[in-house]
Amino acid sequence: MTYLRWVLLALVAGLFGLFAYMLAQPKDEFVHSAMIGQPIPAFDLPPAVADRPGLSNRDLADGQPKLLNVFASWCVPCAAEAPNLAKLEAAGANIVAVAIRDRPEDVARFLEVYGNPFSRIGKDDISAVQLSIGSSGVPETFVIDGEGVIRHQHIGDIRDSDVSVLLAELREAGA
Amino acid sequence: MIAELGLAALWLAAALAGLQLIAGALGLREGGAGMAALVRPAAVVQALLCALAFGVLLLLFVRTDLSVALVARNSHSDKPLIFKLAGTWGNHEGSMLLWVSVMALAGGLIAFLERRLPERTMIATLGAQAFVAVGFYAFLLASSNPFERLPVPAAEGMGLNPLLQDVGLAFHPPTLYVGYVGLSVAFSFAVGALLTRQVTPDFAKVMRPWVLGAWIFLTLGITAGSYWAYYELGWGGWWFWDPVENASLMPWLAATALLHSASVLASRDALRAWTIMLGVVAFSMSMIGTFLVRSGILTSVHAFAVDPERGSFILVLLAIYIGGALLLFAIRAGTIAEGERFSILSREGALVVNNVALSAILGIVLLGTLYPLLTEAFGVRVSVGPPYFNPVGAVFFLPMLGVLAIGPLLRWRRDSFERIQPSVVAIAVVGVAVLAGVYFLAGIALLPLLGMALAAAVAIGSVLPLRGRSLRRLPLPVWGMVVAHFGVAVALFGMAADTAFQQERLVAAQVGETVEDGPWSITLVSVEPVAGPNWTALEATLHARYKGGEPSVVQPQARSFWTPPQETSEAALLTRWNGQLYSVIGGEAEGGRWQLRLWWKPFVTWIWYGGVLIALGGLLALVGRLAGDLKRRSAQAQIAARRAAP
Repeated sequence: MTYLRWVLLALVAGLFGLFAYMLAQPKDEFVHSAMIGQPIPAFDLPPAVADRPGLSNRDLADGQPKLLNVFASWCVPCAAEAPNLAKLEAAGANIVAVAIRDRPEDVARFLEVYGNPFSRIGKDDISAVQLSIGSSGVPETFVIDGEGVIRHQHIGDIRDSDVSVLLAELREAGA
Repeated sequence: MIAELGLAALWLAAALAGLQLIAGALGLREGGAGMAALVRPAAVVQALLCALAFGVLLLLFVRTDLSVALVARNSHSDKPLIFKLAGTWGNHEGSMLLWVSVMALAGGLIAFLERRLPERTMIATLGAQAFVAVGFYAFLLASSNPFERLPVPAAEGMGLNPLLQDVGLAFHPPTLYVGYVGLSVAFSFAVGALLTRQVTPDFAKVMRPWVLGAWIFLTLGITAGSYWAYYELGWGGWWFWDPVENASLMPWLAATALLHSASVLASRDALRAWTIMLGVVAFSMSMIGTFLVRSGILTSVHAFAVDPERGSFILVLLAIYIGGALLLFAIRAGTIAEGERFSILSREGALVVNNVALSAILGIVLLGTLYPLLTEAFGVRVSVGPPYFNPVGAVFFLPMLGVLAIGPLLRWRRDSFERIQPSVVAIAVVGVAVLAGVYFLAGIALLPLLGMALAAAVAIGSVLPLRGRSLRRLPLPVWGMVVAHFGVAVALFGMAADTAFQQERLVAAQVGETVEDGPWSITLVSVEPVAGPNWTALEATLHARYKGGEPSVVQPQARSFWTPPQETSEAALLTRWNGQLYSVIGGEAEGGRWQLRLWWKPFVTWIWYGGVLIALGGLLALVGRLAGDLKRRSAQAQIAARRAAP
């Protein structure tokens, strides 16, 4: 009983140490995917628009590293990142996409207004693929290597400064 | 000028708390009687000044004085008066001022009234109270000044979070705060008793009304908060194991344990060190809870002041107070003489089981609340919810209820099983009968099934102490125990029934369409726009018939506030004695249909009736104790007067 009291005190001291440590940490509000480093789960999505093919996991394991963009026509940051997706495409990135909970006519209109940098667009009406790769929102962009393994996750819209980061990740995934 | 008056009063109150602390520390030494004489007046004046400061802030909010930064950030001239008042404490600075005000008022009351304990213990207690207060004054004045002026007065206020614009919420935070801070009195008494090594039944008797009072407010605050979350958030749940809910539950668990152990100490002079420790732990839990909420260290809907600097400040305060009190306890607890002994089969034995179970549940809730924080330090994100809390908590909660049904029948010190056997058999028969009946009729899940059986057992067990006693001459504290324990049974039944039997429908309905939900048939009559003082809404009119009876009108709304812009859903409830119909209107679906969510929740209201009964039981006990104290005091005065007369 005597030393139990000191154990209690030590526990409380440890607790305060933890609090102090966590207060000093920058707060990270993002939910990171647990799938990074894992092969992409099997899926097969129909095309979201008439002029691009759909997307399956086999398309992502064809030997060439790719960017996988998760977007929706109803998502404002997705429109904001469009110029930077165009830059990435111009720099030689092969970008494929999954359109989340969307209608074909809305997707087509969105691509008409903001440009279409995507080689393939899969239609994911119930967010099944989005959830299976560990994405919690739109837009998100994943770097997938030639074997179909998820290498990197970018959460939120792609800002100007993110373009070079994503290109570097893409080069690394190809190596 | 008014704001400056408030600030001046706050500074003076802080200075007096400093004086009270120093005078208390010096007064405890040899020949410090002169200093000690300062302590009580300092505490009383400090309380008055702090109350003045809080009154000033209330006035500023009522007048919507937009030259004050806090008012401009949290109020709006269009707001109804009641929410202007609620705006005073619906923010970080105002709620911290409420915190110190309640603490100062409690300290002032003890200083003014309490004469039963040895004066040295009182000086030490008031010194400890001032020690805690000084830190919170420093926090307020240094980093959370509620009276700060804007360089240029704002043209209009920014409003109050629409979710908080609700009558229930106007009273929920102050109620909880009175509870949290009321426990500071128990903390100070515990520290005072440790400093002077005076742990006596008198100490427990003096502390008990404060613990009871704080516990009543905590019970009401948690009950109101649960009901508020239930109808205001529109999710139909009444407990979410959110960190902030846990933050209010943990002090309540500790206070409940303290209440019971203090009664052992008061009646039987046992459990001395344990009662002291609970006194320290209860207020520590209040402070840790407040810290978790205010620092933004945990993600929660309640975190309205995410500010690491403030978090660090509170953390340092907590480390000093909690660490200091526990260190003092670790050093001194060995020198507190062991109290009276008792056999396991006795009232004390049952209360020890209650204490151990409550402490275990407290540990489980604390661990579950902090576990995400711990794993995050190692880079792993987890969230802990009902799948952990419900079954793990139940492991201790359900056996504790079993003991609760029997404990009040036991005698102090030692009892024999033969004496209570008939009652135990009666309780067991009722429990098993309900268990079997519900199992065969309804076949529900294990936890609600056990909950229902135990609710029946506790209900019987709680009224059995009335048997064979004159109801008119029964002391109020015993009535209090009976009512509170019966309230536990009522609340438990409500929880089990709602969990087991609730029926949910989610439909996209056209106007004119009728939907069935459990015994109800509900017709969507119309959807119309309506406007309120600071919002507009879509209001659905539903006609609900219970088992084909007369239709009653329910009108759920989807509201849009404009200061600040936010959408909320106002659930509409139809209450019967045996449950509630809960309706929410969502958005417009395709083809002119409207999304409706309907729940039939059998006996759900019993949860809150039970909560109110528990608090009422506490109130009866408190009134009984205070009346007893007054009677004793006047009797002593009479004796003294008779002795003084020649």
